[in-house]
Amino acid sequence: MATPAKAPVRPSQANGKDAWVGKRLKRKEDPRLIRGISHYTDDFKLAGMVYCAFARSPHAHADIKSINTDSAKGTPGVIAVFTAQDTTSIGPVPCAIQMPGLKVPRHPVLAEGRVRYVGEPVAVVVAEDLYVARDAAEKIEVDYEPLPVVTDMEKALSNHTAYVHDEFKSNQAFTHTLKNGDVDAAFKKADKIAKQRMINQRLCPLAMEPRAVIAEYLPGENRLTVWSSTQIPHLLKTQISLLVGLPETSVRVIAPEVGGGFGSKLNVYSEEGVVPWLSMKIGRPVKWNENRRENFMATIHGRDTINDVELALKKDGTILGMRSRILADMGAYHQLLTPLIPQLTALMHAGCYKIPAIEVDIIGVFTNKMSTDAYRGAGRPEATYNVERMMDIAARELGMDPAQFRLKNFPKSKEFPYTTITGLTYDSAKYQESLAKALKLSGYDGLRKRQKSARKNGKYYGVGVSTYVEICAIGPSAATPAGGWESATVRIEPTGKVTLLTGASPHGQGEETTFAQLIADELGLDPDDINVVHGDTAVVPYGLGTYGSRATAVGGTAAYMATQKLKNKMATLAAHLLECKPKDVTFGRRCLSTKTGKKKSLSFGEVVTAAYTAHKIPPGFEPGLEATHFFEPSNFTFPFGAHIASVEVDSETGEVKIDKYVAVDDCGNVINPMLVAGQIHGGLAQGIGQAMWEELIYNEDGQLVTGTLMDYTMPKAHFFPEFVLEHTVTPSPVNPMGVKGVGEAGTIASTPCIVNAVCDALSPLGIRHIDMPLKPERVWRAIRHADSAPAKAESEESPKKQTRKAPAGRRRA
Amino acid sequence: MIPTNFDYESPHTLSEALDLLASREDAKVLAGGHSLLPAMKLRLAQPAVLVDIGRIGGLSYIKEFADGIAIGATTTHAEVAASEALLRNSPLLALAAAQIGDRQVRNRGTIGGSLAQAHPAADYPAAVLALDAEVVAHSRSGERVIPATQFFTGMFSTALRSDEILTEVRIPRTTGEGVTYKKFHHPASGYAVVGIAVRLKFSASNIDSASVGITGVADVAYRATAVEIALRGKPVSAIAEAAVRAANGVDVIGDYFASAEYRRHLVTVMTRRALDEAIAGRRK
Repeated sequence: MATPAKAPVRPSQANGKDAWVGKRLKRKEDPRLIRGISHYTDDFKLAGMVYCAFARSPHAHADIKSINTDSAKGTPGVIAVFTAQDTTSIGPVPCAIQMPGLKVPRHPVLAEGRVRYVGEPVAVVVAEDLYVARDAAEKIEVDYEPLPVVTDMEKALSNHTAYVHDEFKSNQAFTHTLKNGDVDAAFKKADKIAKQRMINQRLCPLAMEPRAVIAEYLPGENRLTVWSSTQIPHLLKTQISLLVGLPETSVRVIAPEVGGGFGSKLNVYSEEGVVPWLSMKIGRPVKWNENRRENFMATIHGRDTINDVELALKKDGTILGMRSRILADMGAYHQLLTPLIPQLTALMHAGCYKIPAIEVDIIGVFTNKMSTDAYRGAGRPEATYNVERMMDIAARELGMDPAQFRLKNFPKSKEFPYTTITGLTYDSAKYQESLAKALKLSGYDGLRKRQKSARKNGKYYGVGVSTYVEICAIGPSAATPAGGWESATVRIEPTGKVTLLTGASPHGQGEETTFAQLIADELGLDPDDINVVHGDTAVVPYGLGTYGSRATAVGGTAAYMATQKLKNKMATLAAHLLECKPKDVTFGRRCLSTKTGKKKSLSFGEVVTAAYTAHKIPPGFEPGLEATHFFEPSNFTFPFGAHIASVEVDSETGEVKIDKYVAVDDCGNVINPMLVAGQIHGGLAQGIGQAMWEELIYNEDGQLVTGTLMDYTMPKAHFFPEFVLEHTVTPSPVNPMGVKGVGEAGTIASTPCIVNAVCDALSPLGIRHIDMPLKPERVWRAIRHADSAPAKAESEESPKKQTRKAPAGRRRA
Repeated sequence: MIPTNFDYESPHTLSEALDLLASREDAKVLAGGHSLLPAMKLRLAQPAVLVDIGRIGGLSYIKEFADGIAIGATTTHAEVAASEALLRNSPLLALAAAQIGDRQVRNRGTIGGSLAQAHPAADYPAAVLALDAEVVAHSRSGERVIPATQFFTGMFSTALRSDEILTEVRIPRTTGEGVTYKKFHHPASGYAVVGIAVRLKFSASNIDSASVGITGVADVAYRATAVEIALRGKPVSAIAEAAVRAANGVDVIGDYFASAEYRRHLVTVMTRRALDEAIAGRRK
């Protein structure tokens, strides 16, 4: 690992200028990852290992009349073939969410008599090699009788529909209302009401490494070890023990290198029940690798909501109230957190604005598609999209500049902690400062001038603003389905090297580096002295994993707290040896010293040795140097920021070119600015990806028609301009390090920013909204439609125009 | 995402390759593999045997000859794109090659492989059509020269016989002409949603003749003869009017990225822009 050029480093317990925290340190993880010498699940080969492959439904909805596995079984190299009738002892696939009225369908690990989405596993083949397994899976003959398919959420809720689950006699999975303040009154007294219907399309998380599972069951020891590409090794261990019926003490889960998750591996999947069961059944280690096609079809999807949003406004730009009706597509079954995601959308519906009255109504809908679940941002991007699009639409309706309109409705920084109308308490923020910085950095006035001159030349140039707030550091346990704390054990080894066992499960976030920076500062060591261990339930105390931008704020705080315990212990021992009071001991660079003792200083190593040899310890002192802390956060954290984008639209082809992108983010104190920038860059690419290109399309038959990388546009680096990044720093008061979290911010802020910019560019044509992704044809159609019925900005004044039929997508309040 | 079983042969001479092709059932020629292997992984193609011509010496070259330039079948897209000889004397093919797929594809994919695959949205077909190129094929019975305009017979189908290997492409020099390749990329696949190859000959202030090859729009690349006729002997101001005819009489394909209606519109816009660019290029 590279250390910074300026070598002399003193410990600094906080943020002195030589502290490790705050340095742009290269990641400790990178050399092994870049050189390809580390180990992902698929890199492990166990003695006697066999392979499995799943036969999956080609139908979105069908009855299984019969399954003939003879040909598959007869293939040389095939060991066994199993269908649902063999696997009744496994499962079902769990959903962790409980809420009143929630319908939770039985979710078998292999389809039982009926398939409900394309890609649903129907049978599994075990064979001596992967190729035989895949070939044999194709030979399984299933006699399907197709049933009517439900893909459209609105049709799914109508009276004339088939049901995804007959037993519910409805496709409604749940309803949820969040209401506060006098919403009706707000709308009654409004000078203007801005309304818009917006589609938040279905996305594929597309981790670079698809899912993979290896299971090895040793009957003599009654021990099951599962390697899985997961974000939640401990929760998975618990769930696997329930899925296959082994005591939890017999199950070990290892998450080796994990090639990205973005929420898609914050789950418990059918295959994670079946593969361990196969190993128990067959008595050999079993490996399963998901291919990219399966990853598209059978790993959770993100988003997929239909939103009708309205804002009640005063003429002067004051927001009086907000109403939102959201249909959220669950897919055919609930995965681990499926029904929770839209509830996060509801909670975040106030954005960073003072909204005195709000009502958010959500209906969860079953359809014949893969389940949705947490995808980078998980509910917050949907909320931010609704809110930030509406801010722009409202500003336009009122004839205000979108930045000024936002400034008017921000709570002031002295109002924090600020309790929103949705019941959250935002920890700390300076929204005005953030937006001011973004305006300055982007040269906002210059962009507006450029827009004016472009318009004069018949060109379409637009500027988009997005000021977001998100909810991170998930979270206070009472507000989470399975607890929101995190664990850490810090152990100083006899040689003075430090092992941190963290319950967080980094899979690209770089906490092997950032947590080492944190602890190095506390103990007066270098990050290279600290080895961060994670992802093995036999080694690391129970922890909840990495998701929801929580690892640093919750897991990092646990590590910090555990380190404090150790420091107290070391100070006690050092005081005993130095003959002073523990409170007079300070930590220096690889030493503990005092001004009051007979001896002034001990090296770090001397104190560590003393703790292990235990030759001279104070009475009651426990030998060794290990401490564990389970950190329970008192609140979430609420990072925020302001993004500004400018775009140019080719009015002939509908192509959008992003000209400039400026992001000012505030994630509290920063441990490693380079890693924060990396998170923002990746987040922006994913968020802009949704705005511009990404789209999982199921056709009316429930076939996934953009299910390959030839059809589904994963954004590439050259699609983007250089991102200009800046920060404000508003420390969070809810953890001692003042950190907030940054893993999802870019994804949350950037999607509406781009759509706002494009709609701003096209506003002279009267175009008010275009649904995502803003692919060229869609933009072209909007332009063409506007051309054929030229809209006027304030059509109320013109009686002639009022008689014109308002085209869809340009409805006026 | 894993192909079915297949045999693999790697001959070192063209005649060995031709023998294999003639003697083995359901054999396919493998060059750079960037069209065939993805199709095999999706099991859309399931050949019994692959005859890899990548190790045959003397099939990768760009040579000038009296009437033009000859390009060997296993010359990669990257080599075509960077060829001085082409950029100086007949840049259209190089301009098209530079816009194929991504860097990895251009480093592996070959001109012969791309033409023989005849993907309806590949870039080269438009260029070789506009250039009136000649495609050279070998079989055990000898050499055959096929005009590009007769080479593409349909989606993924060409005039090549199953015992033939495409060995060379011959194109004319285009000195003093206006040529360009204009492409609307599919953002996911990198293929052409619309690809327009233009070759304009000029006489004084007029367009003497125009050749326009179009890919991505129909199930096979085609020459936009209606555009060509509308431009013959006309001043450059005829471009906009001519471009409108780019998909005349063509059954335009539609997909989830670009409907037939949008593609039809796009082909007009892109043809006009390509013609503009070709004229501007000539004036330089």
